[in-house]
Amino acid sequence: MPTTFTLNGKPVTSDAPGTSMLLWVLRERLGLTGTRFGCGLGECGACTVHLDGEAVQSCRLRLARVEGREVTTIEGLSPDRSHALQRAWIEEEVPQCGYCQSGQLMQAASLLAANPSPTRDEIVEHMDGILCRCGTYGRIIRAIERASAANTAPAGRSR
Amino acid sequence: MNAHTQSRRNFLRQAGGGLSFALVFGPAGVVNYRRGLPDALAPTDSPDTSAAEHAFGAWVRIATDGEVVIYSPASEMGQGSMTALPVMLAEEMDADWSRVRIEHSPVEPAVYGRGWGGGGRGRGGSMMTAGSMAVRGYYMNLRLAGAQIRRVLLDSVAREWGVPVGELATEPGLVVHAGSGRRISYGDIAAFAQVPDELPEVAESDLKSPGDFRLIGHSVPRHDIPDKTDGSAVYALDVQVPGMLYGTIVRSPVHEAAPASFNEAEVRGRPGVVATVTLDYGVGVIAETVEDAFAARDAMEIRWAGGARAEGFDSVAALAAYTGIADGPSQGRPMSESGDAAAAMAGAARRYEADYFNDYVYHAQMEPLGAVASVNATGDGAEVWAGTQAPDAARGAIARALGVPLESVTFHPCYLGGGLGRRTMSDYIVEAVQLSEAVRRPVKLIWTREDDLQYGAFRPMSLQRLTAGVDAAGDLTAWTHTVIGDGRGLLASGISIPYYDIPNQRIEMRTARHGVRTKHWRAVGHGPNKFAIETFIDEIARGEGVDPVELRRRLLRGTPGAVAVLDEVAGMADWGGGPPSGRARGVAFAERSGSLAAGVAEISVDEASGRIRVHRFWCACDGGTIVQPHNARAQIEGGIVNGLSTALTERLTLADGRVEQSNFHDYRILRMSETPEIEVRFMPSNQPPMGLGEPGVPVAAGAVANAFAALTGRPLRHMPFTPERVLRVMEG
Repeated sequence: MPTTFTLNGKPVTSDAPGTSMLLWVLRERLGLTGTRFGCGLGECGACTVHLDGEAVQSCRLRLARVEGREVTTIEGLSPDRSHALQRAWIEEEVPQCGYCQSGQLMQAASLLAANPSPTRDEIVEHMDGILCRCGTYGRIIRAIERASAANTAPAGRSR
Repeated sequence: MNAHTQSRRNFLRQAGGGLSFALVFGPAGVVNYRRGLPDALAPTDSPDTSAAEHAFGAWVRIATDGEVVIYSPASEMGQGSMTALPVMLAEEMDADWSRVRIEHSPVEPAVYGRGWGGGGRGRGGSMMTAGSMAVRGYYMNLRLAGAQIRRVLLDSVAREWGVPVGELATEPGLVVHAGSGRRISYGDIAAFAQVPDELPEVAESDLKSPGDFRLIGHSVPRHDIPDKTDGSAVYALDVQVPGMLYGTIVRSPVHEAAPASFNEAEVRGRPGVVATVTLDYGVGVIAETVEDAFAARDAMEIRWAGGARAEGFDSVAALAAYTGIADGPSQGRPMSESGDAAAAMAGAARRYEADYFNDYVYHAQMEPLGAVASVNATGDGAEVWAGTQAPDAARGAIARALGVPLESVTFHPCYLGGGLGRRTMSDYIVEAVQLSEAVRRPVKLIWTREDDLQYGAFRPMSLQRLTAGVDAAGDLTAWTHTVIGDGRGLLASGISIPYYDIPNQRIEMRTARHGVRTKHWRAVGHGPNKFAIETFIDEIARGEGVDPVELRRRLLRGTPGAVAVLDEVAGMADWGGGPPSGRARGVAFAERSGSLAAGVAEISVDEASGRIRVHRFWCACDGGTIVQPHNARAQIEGGIVNGLSTALTERLTLADGRVEQSNFHDYRILRMSETPEIEVRFMPSNQPPMGLGEPGVPVAAGAVANAFAALTGRPLRHMPFTPERVLRVMEG
């Protein structure tokens, strides 16, 4: 039975088996390869997407579970890298190999959506499950703080 | 400059005498990193050559609209040399960086490789990106190439305008004539430029002096970063080609065991399965979808042939048994020897001895291995997409696997989701080719994380026995270091200590054989060896009642640059000032890939759990000229994080010949909450650049162990310092 859901603001229907993991449906059937495969067990966070605005790990999420719901991937975070986090990621030169960074960004976006001015401890607590082998953690923290400051500055509200 | 002229002729010959570089090499080196997935992933034709443009040697193409394409020969795994190398060329060419576009160079080591050893002006050789070699290995070559291209542009304008070339100068992207005030852009010059068969001679003395640099040392933004913030960067696993199938392989749980039989009929009969392929050490299955491939794999039941060397291997027991090898007789000549260590030890006033251990470590690059291969219908050619540190070796391995000439293999380099040395091997790429060859259709081979861990190639475990003798005046006069393990050269790197002024040294390796795959891992043997050496130095300092920084300062007296980084980091950490209550600091020094580094860790220990918390880490580094300061700091930071990760959490063990860990829950890598605040400082220098990808690694473990000893009075001698081990040490 086909599964219909909203993907980055647009309705999509997939005829993949409902038992398929969303990660593989996104990557191999829908061509959205920005969501990465890292572990397959929900242990690294490289596959993090938003499900109805909440950060979830798509490698453990069966397609049938997203029926009628709203999925946002890194490709839908902004149309043009204009999200405050994406700008901050570039300014802080966060990515090294970059493979985990879609997951890092989606996890961070869910934090700022719920808590526009997180403390450093809140950032670390929220981000701690997303692994980065290159060791960009310190820059991720700085970039989130930068994006938070940009978003909450009186004149600087962009997104 | 023979090598340069040779390479240009070579290039022109391959180009069929034409000037347009793109006509020859187009698809081979091109990965389109732009947004828009289907286009980006489709096999690309040659870049558009309809616009008038000129090739300037093998490295650069200038279009008449002013765009400058620079070909970068380095693999990009996050270390940034895909940008740093073009920066070096553009500097001397005086290119306008805003008009530079970077592309992967073709996989042609005769033109784009560098000699081993780095820094040399020789061309050809290897395109492997490893050992922190890219920037230092290409620094002079690419600056000279840039200067040659600038000279060609100047000569062309001099002819065109009828002015002496000596009256012309360049500004970024422009040739200017001060006398007349005339200016012309590089793009406009490309319309009439004459590129001679032999590029003009340029000497090192013709190059810019560092004070004139506009790009080197000025942190040009990395080319690859924007695409790594919106998901559009293309890694091998992202590649999709029409008609593509999915492959997965069950490899032997004991390294290099052969499959004896498997439930072939059942697996072949499963939904979507197209073929099974028996390999030397595993069985592959190819299916229509990724889900079908994984499901078929789960249904596979393989009986493995016996006889693999690693059968029955127990790494914990084997490591314990290394002590017996250390107690036993020497296996032969030492790796290095100076003076007479035995005699000096016999005459020493005080002696020190300690054994240090480290477990196997796994690369754990975030992108599991994989590749896309498309062997053609006749089986005599292939197109392959992969992220590799060694594209030239990979291309050769593919050609050998198919029994076809090199030219029949088109290789597309992709971004690497981490390398750490694992991607210097081509096994995963050849596997993809073998699967595709079986079905003569494109196949995407995906390693699961479990595959990647289980069939890894690990940093070897080792025992290091160190002894030292100190004379009555308190001077270190004797030093012996014996390393035991299965890894040969992987165990040797970093074991020599020429910078420590100890007159009598004997350094020896003793070998065990286990049949477990081992491989270079970021900084190679420097990680374990510097841990042992630096922890031992502190044990001596405590025994002698000398401050650890002061003892190292004395030992490093013949190497002023090393003393300088030590003093610098001591200042950064306020070494004399002492840490906050409940914390302690430790120092370590290391050289790696030509760079000198000193690190200070500030830690605390939770006495109930045995958990070490590293709060802060300071590092001072002399890496010569720093081409990309912002990125260079990131490299040192990453090295420190990797070093801390192996010091605190990473542990791979084998029992009954099988890797006991399977994924990130039981092979733990450092998390954000475990990462300290890191401060990095580079020493000012006009010396050529040295390697920066690795020197952060070897200072980490020693600094933590030494901080632990400062806090508790007890040494940590077995990496990683897991809570259980820490508790055992604290309980004495």
